[in-house]
Amino acid sequence: MAGGQERILRGRIRSVQATKKITRAMELIAASRIVKAQQRVQAAVPYSEMITNVVKDLAAGGSGNESAFMKPRDVVKTTCYVTIAADRGLCGGYNAGVLRATEGEVKADVLAGKDYAIVPVGRKSESYFKFRGYALRQGFGGFSDAPKYENAKAIGEYVVEQFLSGAVDRVELVYTRFVSSGTQEVVRRPLIPLEREVVEGGDGKPEGGVSAYEFEPSAEDILGSLLPRYVEARIYAALLNAAASEHAFRQRAMKSATDNAEELIKSLSRTMNRARQDSITTEIMEIVGGAEALSGADDMVGV
Amino acid sequence: MKVEVVSPERVLFSGIATQVITRTESGGEIAFLPGHTSFLGVLTENHTRIYLEDGKVQNLAVHRGYVEASGAHVTILSDNAELAEDIDVTRARAAKERAETAMRSEHDASVEADLRRAHARLSATGGLGNP
Repeated sequence: MAGGQERILRGRIRSVQATKKITRAMELIAASRIVKAQQRVQAAVPYSEMITNVVKDLAAGGSGNESAFMKPRDVVKTTCYVTIAADRGLCGGYNAGVLRATEGEVKADVLAGKDYAIVPVGRKSESYFKFRGYALRQGFGGFSDAPKYENAKAIGEYVVEQFLSGAVDRVELVYTRFVSSGTQEVVRRPLIPLEREVVEGGDGKPEGGVSAYEFEPSAEDILGSLLPRYVEARIYAALLNAAASEHAFRQRAMKSATDNAEELIKSLSRTMNRARQDSITTEIMEIVGGAEALSGADDMVGV
Repeated sequence: MKVEVVSPERVLFSGIATQVITRTESGGEIAFLPGHTSFLGVLTENHTRIYLEDGKVQNLAVHRGYVEASGAHVTILSDNAELAEDIDVTRARAAKERAETAMRSEHDASVEADLRRAHARLSATGGLGNP
């Protein structure tokens, strides 16, 4: 009876140990990927800075005023949310944070009698909204832990097309910004139309240059082809931030899972040892009892 | 002057050069020397040459993008650019043949762009002349 309990406990300890090995491995993998993801975030900075400067200089030349990308629509009926979450779970509250933020905005829009459009990025994002019966636009997924520029390009082309065709009146990005490996925050950033502050501040001249730019082709044409690239660069930066955050969240989640497993193993071993001691004690008692009974029988014979 | 070739994923090339030759979409080849007037242009698929200070030439295939120049620097922004060292010549040659075959049957913009890309790659690696 007691030996049976001991065997069951031993089995449970073994299974928790196996799980602990897996969570520990996932923790280490996530930790090593944070560094790489952070480097990618850094590597994307020069391009986005330069493209921002060029956009500013072009806008300062006055060519931006007519661009559809810059003009906020008078009536905003449909807002498009590009929601960037992970492809996989096991990363604590990472997905829930982004998805809940988006859902809150969508519900507010519905209450206000407006339309919404959700562009889910990451499989978790798509399945969450699909399960809850929201209308979805095209989804993108399969690259959340190491996004490539092509992925950002595909998303960018899609939302730009949606915006220019009038299907949506503004586009917002919802993602998790990577501040440091200890801090990440869910943010919502307007993407199209571009905010005034983003494009203002240029002087139409290159840094340190004296003369205004010469354009080939015209400034309007350059801006027209540059703004989609700018949108793509913004999406790419958001994807990289989200990827770094995902790894940070996963590392933390897996670390606490490993700690919990350790705790569980400790308490299970204690229970098991007690059960074993109990069974030993019982056995000794039985032997002693048996011996005593025998010696008692001898005495009987002697009498 | 300082020359930088920047793609969204990384800074591809950064260094001091004496001359840069690239090709704009509408205006053909353009060379930048130190002190060039401020210029902003759209690039087509091309073979870009950066003449370094020590006399060496850095060849690149740049597949569309932008060039920004002022007296002291030239910056090439491209979401698709390759250093000559990184180009797979055999693949580029196969792509060129494929595009040329496709050109004979149908003539559309994407096939033409494929051909121009393959051409830029081969030109950058010096593999254009000998088949």
